Amino acid sequence: MFTAPLLFTILITIINGVLSKSVELTFELPDSAEECFYQTMDKDTAASLEYQVISGGQYDVSVKIEAPNRQIIYQQEKMQYDSHQFTALASGDYKVCFSNEFSTFSHKLVYMELNVGPEQPLPGVGDHATVLTQLETSAEEIHSALNRIIDHQTHHRLREAQGRKRAEDLNEKVFWWSMGETLAIVCVAFTQVMILKNFFSDKPTLYNRL
Amino acid sequence: MELIKLSSLLVIALLADCASALYFHIAEGERKCFIEEIPDDTTVIVNYKVELYDPKSGGFMQTTPGIGMHVEVRDPNDRILLSRVYSLEGMISFTSSTPGEHVICMYSNSTSWFSGSQLRVHLDIQVGEHAVDYANVAPKEKLTELQLRIRQLLDQVHQITKEQAYQRQREERFRQTSESTNQRVLWWSLLQTGVLVIIGYWQMRHLKSFFEAKKLV
Repeated sequence: MFTAPLLFTILITIINGVLSKSVELTFELPDSAEECFYQTMDKDTAASLEYQVISGGQYDVSVKIEAPNRQIIYQQEKMQYDSHQFTALASGDYKVCFSNEFSTFSHKLVYMELNVGPEQPLPGVGDHATVLTQLETSAEEIHSALNRIIDHQTHHRLREAQGRKRAEDLNEKVFWWSMGETLAIVCVAFTQVMILKNFFSDKPTLYNRL
Repeated sequence: MELIKLSSLLVIALLADCASALYFHIAEGERKCFIEEIPDDTTVIVNYKVELYDPKSGGFMQTTPGIGMHVEVRDPNDRILLSRVYSLEGMISFTSSTPGEHVICMYSNSTSWFSGSQLRVHLDIQVGEHAVDYANVAPKEKLTELQLRIRQLLDQVHQITKEQAYQRQREERFRQTSESTNQRVLWWSLLQTGVLVIIGYWQMRHLKSFFEAKKLV
């Protein structure tokens, strides 16, 4: 009684694992550090990497994609954002590295998205021997349009986060810098008066030598 | 008996599922954090699997007793939503109640016996409508294919709407920050000019009285 749906679930779970994986991660890259992520891919799978620096320093990061045979597929120095599609020529573990080694004191916040394989279809869809009805075709189109909208939204969110963090940073800096400057003015004024009074004092000091 | 065999097959399938996810290396005790900026009422599912590097064989061992993974989830107000030690493999799920940046941190709470060795962590984070497993929804709610497809579209649209609403909130915050900066620049400049003028006046008066006392003026 349980076997059929359970077998079905197992099959779908396995197919789920094999067909596609899409991971988006936002992580912090400390200064002078390198973070690497590995992904096991089968031969002839289409994959795409997209990344963007959200905050920190000059908003740039160095990226490198390495194939299992240590061949470098993609390498960029100090990029702010980019997207790269590639096809896995061999099966194995592909390595994606983000490097902040050129920066000594700014840690970066980096967003990355790695899509492996085509998008997994819904269970049951695609099993047809017959042609899809018009309703099903429209539904497919709406689905891919919505996927594009979600993609655009993600880009918009990242840009907005970048601008907002910069603005918040500026706000803090204005406050502390102004406070520091006011204190500096007051200190300098007092010091000026003290030194001037010192010039004319009767007690023998550094400047008087009576 | 049949059921046990099938259940163990399912467990193996799930393991295989996670094994094809993204992985990275961390040292023991090292803390790795990931940030998810999400609107409210969004479900996040984190699947992870940890393997210990075995220096003898040069590979990664599957199961090691005594090592757990401490996972901590913080909400945008820095309140702890979830802070527990999980086993080497697990699935964590939480739903956001406030929109904003949620931080998912994980580190191993291993004993010093294995200190200095590397851990391989397989990780898969799915947010919002990606977290819904349509394979389970179809048989549970007895939906046909088309109904399932419409269901997926509805979920996607809901996610988009929530994200838009959250976007509006964020942009308002951005605008407030910019206006605050503008105000601060204005008031601090005025204050500094005022301080300069007062200090200058005080200096001159103080020095004048000083010189008069010294009978130089």
